[in-house]
Amino acid sequence: MELANIENLLEKYDNAATSLQEEAILKEYFATEDVAPHLLEYKALFTYFNNNKEERFTKTIPLKRKQPNFWWLSIAASVVLMVSIYVSSNSEIDTITPQEQELAEQALKDTQKAFQLISQNLNKGGNVAIAGLSEFEKAQNKVFKTEQ
Amino acid sequence: MKQTEFLNTVLPLKDKVYRLAKRLLVSRDEAEDATQELYFKLWKNKKKLKDYKNVEAFAMTMTKNYCLDQLKAKRSNNLTLVHSNYKDGNISLQKEMELKDSVSKVHELIATLPEKQKMIIQLRDVENYEFEEIGKILDLQPTAVRVALSRARKTIREQLTKQHNYGIS
Repeated sequence: MELANIENLLEKYDNAATSLQEEAILKEYFATEDVAPHLLEYKALFTYFNNNKEERFTKTIPLKRKQPNFWWLSIAASVVLMVSIYVSSNSEIDTITPQEQELAEQALKDTQKAFQLISQNLNKGGNVAIAGLSEFEKAQNKVFKTEQ
Repeated sequence: MKQTEFLNTVLPLKDKVYRLAKRLLVSRDEAEDATQELYFKLWKNKKKLKDYKNVEAFAMTMTKNYCLDQLKAKRSNNLTLVHSNYKDGNISLQKEMELKDSVSKVHELIATLPEKQKMIIQLRDVENYEFEEIGKILDLQPTAVRVALSRARKTIREQLTKQHNYGIS
């Protein structure tokens, strides 16, 4: 490629008027060794662009990010809950001994007896009160002298 | 979009995504993190991906938006030095050293450009996109891309010429 042509292209290049093909020609020219001395600064420019294009992304790309999984935690919690309920209900039944059972039945009988006594006495009292009421009615009849 | 399709269409873009991210975020670590994050996002949206006609342009736009957001979030001034391996030519040693210096100078010069010009230089001169594609990626008119690119190229060239004429201090 003759120098005049390159200079021409460079001017177009500065004005951003070159096509990609023309820029490829320039890149090719400046990749060679015999570059005209007054164009050396362009060589740095195009060398830089070529080098930069070689730069690669070397790290790996994780597509699936690890998210902490807590689904097992709910299972563990429910298991703990069930075990604790089972254990506590079991221990409650275990604590009642035969002696205690007897005592409790005795207490139940005593209480029932006491209630029965109370209700019998209340019944008596009730009859007396009703008899009193009829007395009250007689007196009322006397006072108001009903037609009867 | 199935996994194989994703691997065939989107994964090959990873270097371009990484290079654009690095151009904007400067630091290598941040660019790597950004790339991983972007691929995670793309993978999550893989069902929507096939609705886009141009997956590549879409991925590059996403990269641009993500990186600009990152920059906005913490106007980070931590310009970590970037290591680049330049290939050895067969030029004499001194010339080679000079060239190496000016090649890394180019990197510094691009780093001083505004973000839009940085992206355009990256997409055009490194990734060789057409103006229409760059316009699509950056949401600009092709003529606007051209103007910004010309401005960026001229800035770099002027700085390089200055340095070339005065010699390297």
